[in-house]
Amino acid sequence: MSDVKKFMFVNRKAPYGTIYALESLEVVLITAAFDQDVSLAFLDDGVYQLRKGQQTKGIETKNFSPAYRALEDYDIEKLYVDKESMDARGLTEEDFLVDVTVLSRAEMGKLMDEQDVVLSF
Amino acid sequence: MLHIINRSPFADSALESCLNTATGGDVLLIEDAVYAATSGSAAADKLRAAMGRFKIYVLMPDLDARGMADSLIEGVSPVDYGGFVDLTASNKTCQSWL
Repeated sequence: MSDVKKFMFVNRKAPYGTIYALESLEVVLITAAFDQDVSLAFLDDGVYQLRKGQQTKGIETKNFSPAYRALEDYDIEKLYVDKESMDARGLTEEDFLVDVTVLSRAEMGKLMDEQDVVLSF
Repeated sequence: MLHIINRSPFADSALESCLNTATGGDVLLIEDAVYAATSGSAAADKLRAAMGRFKIYVLMPDLDARGMADSLIEGVSPVDYGGFVDLTASNKTCQSWL
């Protein structure tokens, strides 16, 4: 397709405390349906969205974290995590429920510059 | 006095402001504030430093939801919703640091 655009979703909020993480995921899936080039960036508290082992029964809220694992079925395979954010929170790549590419702030900034559309959550 | 914090220590100054302002008492971390009580996070050091003056509690259902139960630091007491209610009852006053 000739009119494919590069979309980046910038996720900076922790899950459950606000609705942003879930809303982002919804829009990501919509975008995927239109066969666009989709990247997901996780920085600041957004890195917490990918944490393994989320158990939401106690707060009676839907656990949407398994949906990140389903993204590859929608051909969304570009998941980027900011290293600085990850380190500051005591997290490592092994703590995430999906495979991600870890980038420095500078690399993340460069990637943002290459996008046609950037959506922030 | 019971101090209730519900914001991530990385995104908001509520916890820091509380620890710097209040003289002591109970601090209960709920919702996104539970990340403060997880090992390796920058906020955990601030929390440890405050443990002499404050008794720190964390709401376990919120920690479980975020997949962070394994990362809870020592010296923080887990409570369930019943424990939350007990804290509000045993303290004469409570303040939510919104």
